[in-house]
Amino acid sequence: MMEPTAYLLLSGILFGIGVAGVVARKNALIILMSVEIMLNAVNVAFIAVGSHLGDPTGSIFAFMVMTVAAAEAAVGLAILIAIYRLKETIDITELSVLKW
Amino acid sequence: MPLGNFASLIHFLPELAVTATILLLVVVHVAGKNRQSAAPALLSLAGVGAALLLAALQPASAGRSLFEGMVALDGFAIFFKALTALATIVVIFMSMDSGELAGRSQAEYYIFLLSVLLGMFLLTASTDIVMLYLSLELVSIPSYLLAGYLKGRESSTEAAMKYVVYGATASGVMIYGFSLLYGLTGTTQIGEIGRALATGDAPLPVLLAAVMVTVGFGFKIAAVPFHMWSPDVYEGAPTPITAFLSVGPKAAGFAVLVRFFYTVFASPDVAAGVWKISSRVDWTLLFGVLSAVTMSVGNLVAVNQTNVKRLLAYSSIAHAGYMLMGFVLLTPAGLQAILFYLVVYLFMNLGAFYVVILVANGTRSENISDYSGLGSRAPFAAVSLAIFLFALTGIPPFSGFIGKVYLFAEVINRGVYWLAVVAALNSVVSLYYYARIVKVMFLEDPKDSTELPVPLFPRSVLCFLAIPTLLLGVYWEPVARVAANSVKLLAF
Repeated sequence: MMEPTAYLLLSGILFGIGVAGVVARKNALIILMSVEIMLNAVNVAFIAVGSHLGDPTGSIFAFMVMTVAAAEAAVGLAILIAIYRLKETIDITELSVLKW
Repeated sequence: MPLGNFASLIHFLPELAVTATILLLVVVHVAGKNRQSAAPALLSLAGVGAALLLAALQPASAGRSLFEGMVALDGFAIFFKALTALATIVVIFMSMDSGELAGRSQAEYYIFLLSVLLGMFLLTASTDIVMLYLSLELVSIPSYLLAGYLKGRESSTEAAMKYVVYGATASGVMIYGFSLLYGLTGTTQIGEIGRALATGDAPLPVLLAAVMVTVGFGFKIAAVPFHMWSPDVYEGAPTPITAFLSVGPKAAGFAVLVRFFYTVFASPDVAAGVWKISSRVDWTLLFGVLSAVTMSVGNLVAVNQTNVKRLLAYSSIAHAGYMLMGFVLLTPAGLQAILFYLVVYLFMNLGAFYVVILVANGTRSENISDYSGLGSRAPFAAVSLAIFLFALTGIPPFSGFIGKVYLFAEVINRGVYWLAVVAALNSVVSLYYYARIVKVMFLEDPKDSTELPVPLFPRSVLCFLAIPTLLLGVYWEPVARVAANSVKLLAF
């Protein structure tokens, strides 16, 4: 048992950093990293709440999220490499074949 | 009582059939020498066909909870299993015919396609947010790979990159919403979350969670303002995948949206036969506005498009807007209208994309201007496309009209007149851009008047899609009844 407030605050701050990174950065690699920060913020929240409630589901959920994050990163990086081979850049503002 | 893990397996046969097919495909991929053989396609057809049959044979009478409450087996889930399996079968036919995919590794493609199907089966049935998140990602992650399957083609790879960035962000926001719900209620079962929220008294975190979850689901159904990825992905992805994404995951997204919101933020009012909002947040107004904005943006932007895939992308955004109208009403008839619309939408939208594939195989072009004179170059394909486009517009006697009648009737019945007016105006706008393609096909002279041959196999698939599109416009009763029964089993 522990008070989750501080951890939830940490989680909120981490999530904010992640969102800011996704919105503001132009480098696709940094954007994928920011998404990972968002997911880790979620993990902190789940573990803190689960531990506070004495319920293992929160920690288990965090493991699931980590697994999915790994899969997502693998796919994201594979696509990133494919983009780099074609265009020699990973700046997402340079991705402009498709636009209205 | 939820069934245990082993007792559940007997009720899990469609999913097991798809899983077995995926594993077999992996073996075929590793063992097979010829990467271009048709074996994986035929194997997937058999597997998905078996899954469709098994899903249709599942007894819908009693709602069951499987795997300790992880997934539900009810009429609603069975309906969506059958719908997504049917869409996948048509997409496999399309993929076998597509010139874009020729010469690329076949087995991997079908492994990803069937993984998405398995994800959709689970997503439409999940009753626990852990399962819901995992199955949503099982739909998303292989979709990213499928969108970028034409490796080496710039547009396809770019589509995949945009898809993965938007998709990962949307699901990250959604799961943060889940963590809020878990923190507020201390459970991951959506039924229990709903009951806990109904008695709780914390409007702000609930509102925040509702909005964040909406981001994730809105991304899947491509509702404005979470639609930014869809035109780019639809244009860049291989056309069979575009068709698949516009029907399969969209239908699954609607299923999970309905199941989640109607369980967590609303509860059935058995006496009145409707649902009522149980949390303190009036989210139906939010979705009403979302619906109006989605259909308006989709239709207005579609007017200016020159690429037919992109045009159909915006049209599919608009159709998500129409279907959202049924979602905000909180009535069984509204849901029945969504389910019915999804059935007719499956046939007409897949049909339109199928003609796009056939034309692209012949002309190597997806520009509307290259459709000029299609009426004389390939009359069969042109007439079919005209049928599908008029059905999408919602003109009688095509099936799209009946779909819209169900939606509009229930909206007016419940007194949400402003939404009905917006939707009617939108239908008029949509007539303009759908009819423009028909005009180009039949009234303009061809730039190149050589005949475009349409072989027997695509012809029969086109018939398979066109006949229901016509038939459901005059005799829709059985499908409407199935839709109504599927809704009833959701809660009442």
